[in-house]
Amino acid sequence: MTALTIDDLQGDRKRSRREAAVSRLFKTAAAFSIVISALIVISLFREAFLYLTGIKLDWPVHLQGDAPFIGFRPEFWIQTGNGVEISQLWTSGWFPRRGLFDVKTLLVASVGTTAVAMLLAMPIGVGTAVYLSEYASPTVRRIVKPVIEVLAGIPSVVLGFFALAWIAPNIVDRLFDPTSSANLLVAGLGVGILTIPLVASISEDALQSVPISLREASYGVGAKKVQTVTRVVIPAALSGLVAAFIVAVSRAIGETLVVTIAAGGSGGAVFPESFPSPEIVTEPGLTMTAAMATLAAGSDQVVGQGNAFQSLFFVGLLLFVLTFLLNVAAGRIVRRFRQVY
Amino acid sequence: MSVASTDLTTSAVASALRGRRVDLSGTVFRGALFATLAFTVVVLLTLLVSVVQDATPIFSGDPVLTEVRSDLVDTSTDPPTITQFGETLPVQVGTDARGREIFFQESERSFGDFLTGNVNFTDPAKNGIKQGIFGSIGIAVMVLLFSIPIGVGAAVYLEEYATANRFTRLVDVNIRNLAGVPSIVYGILGFTVLVTALDGITGGRSLISGGITLAILVLPVVIITAAEAIRAVPQEIRMAGYGVGATRWEVTRYHVLPYAMPGILTGTMLSLARALGEAAPLILVGAQTGFFTDPSGVMERLTGNFTALPMLVFNFTRQPGDVLRIQGAAATIVILLLVVLVVNATGIILRNSFEKKRS
Repeated sequence: MTALTIDDLQGDRKRSRREAAVSRLFKTAAAFSIVISALIVISLFREAFLYLTGIKLDWPVHLQGDAPFIGFRPEFWIQTGNGVEISQLWTSGWFPRRGLFDVKTLLVASVGTTAVAMLLAMPIGVGTAVYLSEYASPTVRRIVKPVIEVLAGIPSVVLGFFALAWIAPNIVDRLFDPTSSANLLVAGLGVGILTIPLVASISEDALQSVPISLREASYGVGAKKVQTVTRVVIPAALSGLVAAFIVAVSRAIGETLVVTIAAGGSGGAVFPESFPSPEIVTEPGLTMTAAMATLAAGSDQVVGQGNAFQSLFFVGLLLFVLTFLLNVAAGRIVRRFRQVY
Repeated sequence: MSVASTDLTTSAVASALRGRRVDLSGTVFRGALFATLAFTVVVLLTLLVSVVQDATPIFSGDPVLTEVRSDLVDTSTDPPTITQFGETLPVQVGTDARGREIFFQESERSFGDFLTGNVNFTDPAKNGIKQGIFGSIGIAVMVLLFSIPIGVGAAVYLEEYATANRFTRLVDVNIRNLAGVPSIVYGILGFTVLVTALDGITGGRSLISGGITLAILVLPVVIITAAEAIRAVPQEIRMAGYGVGATRWEVTRYHVLPYAMPGILTGTMLSLARALGEAAPLILVGAQTGFFTDPSGVMERLTGNFTALPMLVFNFTRQPGDVLRIQGAAATIVILLLVVLVVNATGIILRNSFEKKRS
């Protein structure tokens, strides 16, 4: 009988080496997502900084020129020109080529389209979710669920085309007689349709997570179905519905193609005269995302005042911060409502 | 007390207990809810029908009619003709909204040419989407090559390897936040990092830059769905593996991953469909907005000019004239929707077959 040595218990060296290597590999893959976030933040801040101050921060990777190398050059801060002046950020319109970077014009357009989108998507999305969760027979569910999944899979550029080619002439032009058939209302309706599946799916999850015992207690004290749904189920799921609203707002503000195609802004926009009346939605406008897309799609590098192209990154940073805050808020609310049950 | 009045009391009590027969508010509420659901279905049908209608002239190969100036037309001949570049061509006669005579030049068009032709804005009749189809295929390949290994790797790490520490929490929160970042912001990432800083490797505004940007865009979704699929693998399967002395990687490789594979593939397919429909990041990364000549050679194609189907739709909607703006965009959308729906359906079928097998 031979005695066991420590070597016997340690197992095959080759196997444990491979094990460690695989583990490191997976950890690298997970860490890659942090690298992406870091790169997004660095990109936005670097270019927004250049836009505001005229100072370009050097990348640590240099592939061009005769001696490619990695590391910072001695001239890390490179003054390339003058930054934008604060007065340029608060003028009468957004015309980057003329040095007019009025951020409030973009914000008003973004808020306008998002408001229209939410006025459409919230009732329709929540209504669909309540019907599917509380009333629908299995047959109806079997038919409607795939329809919503198909709608959720339709690319935003398609909704942009639909808004421009169908909603504008057939609905908006007939009902509102707008000055231009491409306007914030048309774009808002397109964005709204795009967010219906999102609202419906988050709301349905929230309604489904309301315990069946609450409904039974309600029926037990003699409430009708409609009373149970409106006074017990919906209030119990309210935080989930609020989360659905916030996520949908975040998605609507970040939506690009629909507003670029259907909102009627092309390169520039004046601050709407009818502000703050709701009529501004019947005017054409340029949202934050559309301003970025038109700047990028215009030409290789937009000609005009030196930092016209860089304004894209400043708007991008605003958009990123805005959607980030909204997503964090939605996450908080979802976590809180999960703890209740 | 008479018999009749007792009966009356009984029936009054019975009806009070039953409640009103017609629950008006309930019916109205239910009807309103059903209307919202019907609205969703109607919107989808309207969208599909209107797009197919707009695309019909291209699918049926109707000729393109271009209006020509009436003073250039020789009306003495029958049919009237126009002489351009030394060539005499017949023109068609029509009337405009005010009843005046106008002349059209007819150019041939076929659906086959539309599928195999290059982007052409100067002669809309010869416009085609071949370059967009090529670009979208290239993007699909790159998204799969890039996001499956990294996405599944990260998901395996989070579900199988990670311990509950600060790094794991950071990665988890970070992935959830990345999933909510607007797509155009990923375009900014692609522009500053891939197009500008790594210009020497990617070739700048190239298919590689576009493909990797979209792969990064869908990576959070791939990780989240793959992690869910891996979490759904019963713990017994892992225990059995460890019980016979398998290492973590062996359990993962031979037991967990095969079991979770249909779920992982479903998530990947849904992500791929999303990547194929995205145009916003491609605008930033510099997909071509007009005519361009195809680069020759595989490497040149990867590092050279490119476009993709959703990008073509966007470009067409910006052109003047219904031939491109409406018909061209709609026909491209039909092709794009077919691709996206087939990829989506593959994912959903995989998921259903997976659910059936497990139950």
